[in-house]
Amino acid sequence: MPRWLAYLIVLALLSAAGVWAFASLDMNWNWGVVWDYRAAFWQGWWMTVLLSLASLLTSSLIGVTAAMMLRSSMPLVQAAARVYVELIRGTPLLVQLLIGWYVVAAALRMGTDQRYLVGVLVLSLFSGAYMAEIFRGGLDAIPRAQIDSARAIGLTPWQTLGLVVLPQAVRIVLPSVAGQLVSLIKDSSLLSVISIAEFTFNARNVNSATYSTLESYLPLAVGYLALTLPLSALSRWLERRFRYEAA
Amino acid sequence: MNLVIHDLVQRFDDPRSGRSTTVLDGLSLATGEVQSLVLVGPSGGGKSTLLRILAGLDVPVTGSVTFEGVALPRDEELLRGYRRGVGTVFQAYNLFPHLTAMDNLLLPLVHVHGLTDTEARRRVAEPLERFGLTAHAHKRPAELSGGQKQRIAILRALVVQPRRLFLDEPTSALDPEMTGEVLDMIDDLKRSGTEFVLVTHEMGFARRVADEIAFIADGRVAAHAPAAEFLDRCRDPRVTSFLARTLHA
Repeated sequence: MPRWLAYLIVLALLSAAGVWAFASLDMNWNWGVVWDYRAAFWQGWWMTVLLSLASLLTSSLIGVTAAMMLRSSMPLVQAAARVYVELIRGTPLLVQLLIGWYVVAAALRMGTDQRYLVGVLVLSLFSGAYMAEIFRGGLDAIPRAQIDSARAIGLTPWQTLGLVVLPQAVRIVLPSVAGQLVSLIKDSSLLSVISIAEFTFNARNVNSATYSTLESYLPLAVGYLALTLPLSALSRWLERRFRYEAA
Repeated sequence: MNLVIHDLVQRFDDPRSGRSTTVLDGLSLATGEVQSLVLVGPSGGGKSTLLRILAGLDVPVTGSVTFEGVALPRDEELLRGYRRGVGTVFQAYNLFPHLTAMDNLLLPLVHVHGLTDTEARRRVAEPLERFGLTAHAHKRPAELSGGQKQRIAILRALVVQPRRLFLDEPTSALDPEMTGEVLDMIDDLKRSGTEFVLVTHEMGFARRVADEIAFIADGRVAAHAPAAEFLDRCRDPRVTSFLARTLHA
């Protein structure tokens, strides 16, 4: 069976189940009201894209730093990174956001206009902990012989990192990083708890204004899928592409 | 080259067990004025460890190494300077898999020796041609055979015009056919006057290219002599039994 046909059959079955479920609910759809709020959806969607991109960049930097600290031979440095990674990965993002905004930001006397900055930072710290493990795996995958070869031709430690280790590690981790971006996009919906007007926050507002719950949240699902499906495809493509490069 | 090694000791600590293993145990050696020195001996005897020290990759716990009367430094910065003037080829995984063969050759020339891209390309063109590798220059290591990979690796060590090469069992990961093409290349280097220290299991080949052979076992030099004398007249039982095993394997 061709792959497209398989996908078509699965999607058709899924749609049939959806149609049947909604039909049996006897819903009175009220799409007109929601359509009036399309600008709110659109703005929220873009805000989610921007927040995710900003967090991806920041969390990559945090992740690379933490990964190198995890591999450090200095016990204190390694312990600091390990505690960071385990604390962040072991607690809900929701709690981190609330502490970040209502405790840390408040203690630093940050104004309400800085909630976006705080949101991106907390989300980056959260995602950075996962990135750290991804990058650590990537760095560990580089054989010791590569470092030896780099030293043998006289490269400095920084040149070794920049010309030999990172270019290879990046190829190894790219598929996982693309996958992490998918999580990041969905996790950014929690920023709504500190009143950041991203996609989920705006959809929730539309719901409270119109009392049309499904009409408000179904576009939300579609909006996130529009971001995450291409990324998943990209992740799989990267995985296939770099698999053949290993020596 | 003239190599003098005095009382070399190398130990490795296992951080988990806390135990340390002595790999070189007061090794001393003084060569004559030779172009090539071949190190042979049983696995785990210390020959690769010795070669890493000679190549400036590791620093011994104690002892000294001098080439032409100049002692190897112990400071990493100075050692890097030393490494830039020599070439080293390992058993395998020498090439950087994310770069083409050509870019592997250009990397040290451009980033370590300061040549421009054009100068570097001009420098590698002739040797690539001489060793029949021009057609493979655009390929990544994954697309090259084991023998081609090792020959590109030797070429990469060679194009920086090093004072001498260190070759650590460059054929031990290859099947016989590919071993031949790499050995032919080393043969060629010998004829063209390149100085080298080679660790190998190929005793027939050692006879062909070695000026002197040193037999390393249990972290020391068990026997050391000019090649012909070593192979034909050495009476050390460790050497004779080793030769009997490797020559008739």
